[in-house]
Amino acid sequence: MSGSVRTLSQKVWDSHLVREEAGAPSLLYIDLHLVHEVTSPQAFSGLRARGLKVRRPDLTVATTDHSIPTTDRSLPILDPIAANQVAQLDKNCKEFGIPHYGVHSEHQGIVHVIGPELGFTQPGMTVVCGDSHTATHGAFGALAFGIGTSEVENVLATQCLLQRPSQTFKVHVDGTLRPGITAKDIILAFCAKVGIGGGTGTVLEYTGAAIRALDMEGRMTVCNMSIEAGARAGMIAPDDTTFQYLHGRPFSPKGADWDAAVARWKRLPTDDGARFDREVSIDGDSLEPMITWGTNPGMGVSISGAVPEPSSISDPLERDAVAKALSYMGLEAGKPILGRPVNVVFIGSCTNSRITDLRAAAAVLKGRKVNPNVRVMVVPGSMEVKRQAIAEGLPELFREAGCDYREPGCSMCIAMNGDQLQPGEYSVSTSNRNFEGRQGKGGRTFLASPLTAAAAALTGVVTDVRTIL
Amino acid sequence: MTPFIAFESRVVPMPNNNIDTDQIIPARFLKTTSKEGLDKNLFCDWRYNADGSPKEDFILNTPRGQNAQVLLAGDNFGCGSSREHAPWALTQFGFRAVISTSFADIFKQNALKNSLIPIVVSPEVHAKLFTLPEDAKVHVDLASQTLTLPDGEKVEFPVDSFSKTCLLEGIDELGWILKQAPAIEAYEATRVSTLNTLG
Repeated sequence: MSGSVRTLSQKVWDSHLVREEAGAPSLLYIDLHLVHEVTSPQAFSGLRARGLKVRRPDLTVATTDHSIPTTDRSLPILDPIAANQVAQLDKNCKEFGIPHYGVHSEHQGIVHVIGPELGFTQPGMTVVCGDSHTATHGAFGALAFGIGTSEVENVLATQCLLQRPSQTFKVHVDGTLRPGITAKDIILAFCAKVGIGGGTGTVLEYTGAAIRALDMEGRMTVCNMSIEAGARAGMIAPDDTTFQYLHGRPFSPKGADWDAAVARWKRLPTDDGARFDREVSIDGDSLEPMITWGTNPGMGVSISGAVPEPSSISDPLERDAVAKALSYMGLEAGKPILGRPVNVVFIGSCTNSRITDLRAAAAVLKGRKVNPNVRVMVVPGSMEVKRQAIAEGLPELFREAGCDYREPGCSMCIAMNGDQLQPGEYSVSTSNRNFEGRQGKGGRTFLASPLTAAAAALTGVVTDVRTIL
Repeated sequence: MTPFIAFESRVVPMPNNNIDTDQIIPARFLKTTSKEGLDKNLFCDWRYNADGSPKEDFILNTPRGQNAQVLLAGDNFGCGSSREHAPWALTQFGFRAVISTSFADIFKQNALKNSLIPIVVSPEVHAKLFTLPEDAKVHVDLASQTLTLPDGEKVEFPVDSFSKTCLLEGIDELGWILKQAPAIEAYEATRVSTLNTLG
């Protein structure tokens, strides 16, 4: 991988190589290991069975996010299986000396929200978590990817992973986003362009004026869904926007360490002339609000578009996939997506639950009432986001509009905690996956931006937010 | 880990592209703290009616879905989440190999760590496999990386040499990494750290 001219991802890879050996994958050092309650219990059991310790608790941090209710935190968790899993993480962290921002912590939140906001995530790091949306942290120029529970155990025990290098894939987004178009629309457009498997085996790097113009929260939204195109990771080169975001965060470097870190981070961007294995371009000027119509995140169209006609697809398995998706979604081939009735709007998840996401939704909902036929859930990504929202008066704004404003967690993105769709219900959701049953058995999901979700909340149907801004 | 031995099996066809991990094992079954008992909820929402009764036309509920060790799936199998519960559920049900034209990256790594072989074949072989009669058997030999079709056609499939050695010899990956402790210590001695999560 080494060479005089390298990409961002190659630089991070090279600087974390512990060992290379012919015939074996590379041994890669991990700078930050994020842990949550769902994918870690079996890994801790594995450590116990072998009598192993956690090698670097000082590079490890845990939070509880997936299984917990988003209702009043002073109440006990009623689901005994979830309560046991939550208690198990607490026990494991105490036993192995890992800091844990648990249910009652003032820093609790979705793992991919609290990592950056507390300053754990930093440029040039290798970051892993037993969660595919770990790609989020690539927004800082970190090489960040999801791993399985066996690998969680490997990293807990050794702080290392066996990895093979991925191909590099440049996603260039030029131009200026027009009003009503957001980071979410960029990534949904990319997923629609290459398909759900289009990035398999690659690490993406997002470049171009439209990416540089995004704030850090928008960049996190883009990188978060890299996995929805099958990519191992998605990265954005750090710049002044990155450094300003990180400066003064609780776990960011301080004083002279900060200056030295910034000097190192400035050497991370891809060198001029570095070659990518693949490249694709997206025109930011012409982007429209995007929405998915099908049962994977690659099945998306611009909001004014129509759902596809299976009969126009030649590949039999692909034609069948589109027909099955339309059948599951209860949609007619070739018809517009605008105007489709909606039962639920979900604003939250590691993709879109940060303060700028809540502000965007609030700007649409301010002084208006949600449609009485729609249940609207707003779930902040962390206790920190919750505090900031209170400081800005957002909970009152959402409640006055008729929204259900809840406590931080993954909530209806993954529907493990009781927040879920009923069979047949439609949601417009700011989350990341529209797989069958993802938001509750039989539920049907349209993925979109916080602006598009808020617009649907007001009208009760899929709506082009630009018509009501 | 038990060494992987060659075997012969009927094939369970599931001609869907992009079968995601939420279909393989829905998230609501991930509240467990153990690896066990996941097989009963494998493909749960495709396999059972709302009242819990089996859907008669779903392949795993038909005679063809019983006691077979090879799943034949559409493109990009295992996309979505990093949950290792997916290969745990598949292997507990009895599968030892999945054949597709492509696999999602994280699923592929998770599968190999659980003695579930992801076998990538060409679109032509893939299409041919879907035409096999119900009782036809394929032979899977990891040592020679060969899938043998009922008509005798031998198809070579890729497996990285490290995973192959681990599977054939029953080598445990964590055990191997633990033996690299001197290299890890040498790396840590020169590493610049800007983080201490303990405060």
